[in-house]
Amino acid sequence: MKKICENTLKCEFPSLSQNEALARSVAGAFIMQLNPTVSELADIKCAVSEAVTNCTVHAYPNTVGIVVMTMKAYSDRTVKIEIRDRGVGIEDIGCAMQPLFTTDPEGERSGMGFTVMESFTDSLRVTSRLGRGTRITLTKILSKVSPVT
Amino acid sequence: MKKENTNIKLSRIDDTLYAFVSGEVDHHTAKGIRQAIDAALVSCSPDCLVMDVSGITFMDSSGLGLVLGRYTKACEAGISFFVQGAGERVIRMFDMAGLDRIIDYKEKKTDEKNL
Repeated sequence: MKKICENTLKCEFPSLSQNEALARSVAGAFIMQLNPTVSELADIKCAVSEAVTNCTVHAYPNTVGIVVMTMKAYSDRTVKIEIRDRGVGIEDIGCAMQPLFTTDPEGERSGMGFTVMESFTDSLRVTSRLGRGTRITLTKILSKVSPVT
Repeated sequence: MKKENTNIKLSRIDDTLYAFVSGEVDHHTAKGIRQAIDAALVSCSPDCLVMDVSGITFMDSSGLGLVLGRYTKACEAGISFFVQGAGERVIRMFDMAGLDRIIDYKEKKTDEKNL
């Protein structure tokens, strides 16, 4: 059965730290229509929070830029969330994705952002170009809703 | 616009400093929580630091940095460090980062309301 995109939402906001909470709330509200489990909802909110924090901290260091979040919900209960920025880009994605790797040891970053995104979703795709920006695509397949008896 | 930090309440009982962290802990809120705990560590110079995380409703990897950072600070100062009241989500995050191997969990006995 071919999957059909049933709903979309696109929003953009400045890379201010208070928008980390805004972005995960928007993502949570979007997937609520699909009746996710409590755990699925928490997973998605956490993964989005990590991706947006990366934009705030790493993509636009010492400046504020635009973050674009696009969400798509498919008929097979797949949710795709793309978060992209036009910031500094990542030099070595493989290195950045290593658990505990951080470019900011003084700032008390745990270096677990990508690990969390990976663990809480079904797939994580990262593309980046130095000086051009980064695009993160998070995919989560929600469990089937059991009929109410 | 400066808001009072509602994510942290600190309380000293005997030689123990209790830090009750609540609400949403992310990169935006972690800084204020960190500063409040670190300032209290200096002013109280306790023998033991207990981070009570039972009131946390959301935590991402910034929360891991916060806990790990306080653990490191406490160790350096010879202060014993415990986490109490960790829920399922918080424990899952700790396990992911391997914090479960270094941090001692304390059974929750001290409630913010009973202080």
